[in-house]
Amino acid sequence: MNKILVIIGREYITRVRKTSFIVISILGPIVMLALMFFPMVMEHYETEEVRLIAVADSSHLFINKLPETETIKFVYLEDADLNKQKERFKQSDYYALLYIGHNVVNTTNSVCIYSNQTPSMSLRMHIANYIEKRIEEGKLWARGVNPDVLQSVKTKIEISTVKLSADGNEKTENFVLMEVLGYVLGFVVYIMLILTGNMVMRSVIEEKSNRIVEIIVSSVKPVQLMIGKIVGVSLVAFTQFAIWIGVTAAIYITVVSLFVAPDVTQLQSTQQLMQASGSILQQSQPAVDDMTIKLHDAMGTIGRINFGGTIAAFLLFFFGGYFLYAALFAAVGSVCDNETDSQQFVFPITLPLIIAIIVMVNTIQAPDTQLSFWFSIIPFTSPIIMMARIPYGVPYTEIFLAATLLILTFMAVAWGASKIYSTGILMHGTKPTWRNIFKWIKQK
Amino acid sequence: MNIIEIDGVCKSFANHKALSNVSMQIPEGSVFGLLGPNGAGKTTLIRIINQIYAPDCGTITFDGHQLTRADVASMGYLPEERGLYKQMRVGEQAIYLAQLKGMSAAEARRRLHYWFDKFEISEWWNRKVDELSKGMQQKVQFITTVLHEPRLLVFDEPFSGFDPINANLLKNEILELRDKGATIIFSTHNMSSVEEVCNRVALINKSHKVLDGEVRSIKQQFKLNKFDLAFVGEYNHVASIIENIADAVEYNQQGADCEVRGRLKNGATFNNLLQMLLPLAQITRFSELLPTMNDIFIETVNNSQSFGNE
Repeated sequence: MNKILVIIGREYITRVRKTSFIVISILGPIVMLALMFFPMVMEHYETEEVRLIAVADSSHLFINKLPETETIKFVYLEDADLNKQKERFKQSDYYALLYIGHNVVNTTNSVCIYSNQTPSMSLRMHIANYIEKRIEEGKLWARGVNPDVLQSVKTKIEISTVKLSADGNEKTENFVLMEVLGYVLGFVVYIMLILTGNMVMRSVIEEKSNRIVEIIVSSVKPVQLMIGKIVGVSLVAFTQFAIWIGVTAAIYITVVSLFVAPDVTQLQSTQQLMQASGSILQQSQPAVDDMTIKLHDAMGTIGRINFGGTIAAFLLFFFGGYFLYAALFAAVGSVCDNETDSQQFVFPITLPLIIAIIVMVNTIQAPDTQLSFWFSIIPFTSPIIMMARIPYGVPYTEIFLAATLLILTFMAVAWGASKIYSTGILMHGTKPTWRNIFKWIKQK
Repeated sequence: MNIIEIDGVCKSFANHKALSNVSMQIPEGSVFGLLGPNGAGKTTLIRIINQIYAPDCGTITFDGHQLTRADVASMGYLPEERGLYKQMRVGEQAIYLAQLKGMSAAEARRRLHYWFDKFEISEWWNRKVDELSKGMQQKVQFITTVLHEPRLLVFDEPFSGFDPINANLLKNEILELRDKGATIIFSTHNMSSVEEVCNRVALINKSHKVLDGEVRSIKQQFKLNKFDLAFVGEYNHVASIIENIADAVEYNQQGADCEVRGRLKNGATFNNLLQMLLPLAQITRFSELLPTMNDIFIETVNNSQSFGNE
């Protein structure tokens, strides 16, 4: 036992000290968060600049009517001749030239933005929404419908989903959030299983090919070396997770306080301003309410996610899966003289993981189908599929069943793998066949 | 007192038989040569002694008791194909290997400093193994093998890959360990090293033990009454006398000096030869030529092959 601890210590320390480990630990979350925050940060900088847009309106329906925002301002041109204005635009400082055709009411493609940059989606939506709305109103007016009536009949429906559990509790859910969480959990398990499995395999091949293994197994049993290695790498993965969570939290808090918080205060002051001006209030109030409701809803879902339970389940299924696959990868490493040889054996053992990731796409959409259920119970795929199901809530009996099967399978696989490993690590030169490998498992 | 007694050991692998009914005794304090051609089963036997493999049948006794897992702490093993972790620092690695043999890190460090000083490699303590020359890696491997002061040392082809200077250093260290009371098992097919350091040998061929015993008595057993003679005078004057008593005579006349080698005919003795020569020539040298281990090795292997081929 003492010797296993010595092995675990070496496996752990040599990996954690590597520059690559430190880089991945710190860069991993930075890259993830950068991807998440990038649009937000971009928008933050984008909004600084006021964009002046020249409008050539040959329909004359929108002159001085397009609503301006803090960053979008319109200048209406006297002369709506497109060719002339295009020429002039080249020498002007305008961000873009908006051309509205005279037949805008009856055709869908008579509005065009000319610019030497790519106008943002939000700018295009802003203009299109307003023009559509105006034309609709105009058409209704022409048929005798008063715009005030129109305003008063406007209705908006948001469907919220409430999960009824057996004990009669009701839970409001935000499905998008769960999808994202399911995806992330499943993918992290998938990637980490492959990464750590390969780590174990490479380390076995290294020991075998540089021939230190014979010195070591003259001091400890091969199975002790295998266990020490697998446990050592599992602690590396655990440390990696801990650092990721820590770094992510630190960066998140920093970024939120730097970028998001000012926006929030800004929003509050605009609201106060709007309340003061009173007249605009009527128009913009529903929009603000919508957003607050959605936000509140999402926060509610986040609040209701059982973080403790999710993390516990994640650790249970990740490490269950890890021990299962690491034993397989160790066995593969032991029968190969170098990494190139390993491919023919690596493919069959990663196949269940690949199948799992394909099934996961389906599971995210429909977590309660037969397919999702069975793949979340089968030990070779359960670490991924169960994690994808967990955010939606999985009965404890199913979790218990899947975990038990996973652990039993791990024990059986580890037993066979240790047999292969013990024989394989001292075999050189002969390329093993599947038949020989099965013989090794059978021998005492 | 035998430190190791091997009794009726056999071992088979999926495709071939590596050892069949092998028995031998290794006396404590001896330097024991385990000889045999490639693929004879030497490494398998060594791995069984080191408990890397379990025998299919037969028993191994260590120091009077059945060999157990705990005995590995009393053994040091330097395999033929040996390596170190390339990315690990030399000192750390040596401590790690010592800990696996059951030593504490502090004790390992203390003893390592002694050995590193002795081999003049102290300044490499914090270097990665990758940066070491092959000769230096071999020194480190040797140190890690003997560090825990094992009672039984097993070297599998220890001199392969060593340059002459390191080989000599290694040989002297091994003899020093023997003088301190350790028993040493050598597996090799380098016969000159066997003659120099071993006092007992066993020869394995095609999974069978074909010969074992003390080097001296084996040589006696295989001797062919060959002699090596030198005298001042003409060979022609004594040719009839020598060729009457000996076969396979070769001579080498260099001016007045003559050297002769030959093998006595059956029944003749060295004394007979000398008595006849003394009145005729001034003898400057006479010695018995014993067979080299190399001769014995080749002869035994060839013989066992001719009857061993089923």
